[in-house]
Amino acid sequence: MKTLSYQVPQSSLKQTVILENDEFKTTFIKGPLKGHPKTLIIIPAYNEEKNIGAVLETIQKKVPGIPILVINDGSSDNTESVARSHGANVISLPYNSGYGVALQTGFIFAARKNYAIVIQMDSDGQHDPKNVKDLIEEVQKDKVDVVIGSRFLESGSYKSSFARRAGIIIFGKIASIFCGQKVTDPTSGFQALKGRAIHFAASDHYPPDYPDADFIILMHRHGLRVKEIPVIMHASPDKESMHHGHKTIYYIFKMFLSIFVTVLRSVSKR
Amino acid sequence: MPPKIQIISILICIFLVAYVFELVRRKHLSEEYSMGWLVTGTSMLALSVSEGLLKWVSELVGATLFTSTLFFFGLLFLMVICLHFSIRISALTNQVRKLTQSIGILDLEKKTLESQIRQPTWQSDSSNMEQL
Repeated sequence: MKTLSYQVPQSSLKQTVILENDEFKTTFIKGPLKGHPKTLIIIPAYNEEKNIGAVLETIQKKVPGIPILVINDGSSDNTESVARSHGANVISLPYNSGYGVALQTGFIFAARKNYAIVIQMDSDGQHDPKNVKDLIEEVQKDKVDVVIGSRFLESGSYKSSFARRAGIIIFGKIASIFCGQKVTDPTSGFQALKGRAIHFAASDHYPPDYPDADFIILMHRHGLRVKEIPVIMHASPDKESMHHGHKTIYYIFKMFLSIFVTVLRSVSKR
Repeated sequence: MPPKIQIISILICIFLVAYVFELVRRKHLSEEYSMGWLVTGTSMLALSVSEGLLKWVSELVGATLFTSTLFFFGLLFLMVICLHFSIRISALTNQVRKLTQSIGILDLEKKTLESQIRQPTWQSDSSNMEQL
């Protein structure tokens, strides 16, 4: 496999010169800690006014100094103001566009502002912020572009329905076959991306409804190196999973079709 | 072909073509989307008017009834038009998605710049402000 060393684009230096204002520096430019690369946490949120505040507080406690960008996906409640009052930057989409679109908005923003590392998290408190550090540490290593937090690598407290677990196992197995490495949790929304992977996620390659096993296979085919690390995930009791109900059948159909065409498409490895 | 169905078919086709022209004239339908309908209308009209053509086409596709040839091609054209629409809708969805994302990002940047301008440290820097 081709190895790539990551370089911070030249233009990021330019930006620090132009944007001399303090607020811009803290929100967009400054890295989390001195000597660390520019990092951003992106959290897509839809009607999460109850959970988002606590999630943001815990993140700020566990990993202070990392700017947080909440993408408010056309919520009808006060998600935006709650997130703002907790010190996060908020991008509000004019209407509900879906998880993938909201998430990609964060990647596009990060790519434009030349962030070196992007962490994506869920807004419902399912992901434990104390794993953010592990993700950042892991993604900074050589030969890794994407780190996926897997709930199945370690015996955690995560409980889910049989159907959901079966889906994750099946698509994990399919992804493992095409990637030539073990993928245990392709549905995980707790990931860290670095450099080229951020630009890749911001490109037209990104599956806009919900990125899943198909996107992991796609990244692998484009020469991005994916690695899984164990993370703690809590079940979110008050929220219905996006793979529930009548959407399940569409999800299974979509994933099979998407994986099939992903494998058929010709790839230009740059 | 029974003359009754032939007359009905001709009338429907003439109405369709005329109506599509009228819609384009009033700019209710763009030229791009009128293409499919005009091709469908005129071909169906040609098949309905000319019995020789209908006979030839029926033999070509192996239809025993002339009317089923008409239905067959009517359905075929509709399928093509529907597929064309699905493709266009996919493209439009994509464009709307990109617009949505851009608007969201621009809005955040706008708000950040506004709060920058409101800050007193900037207001004291009069040389910059006067240029704005």
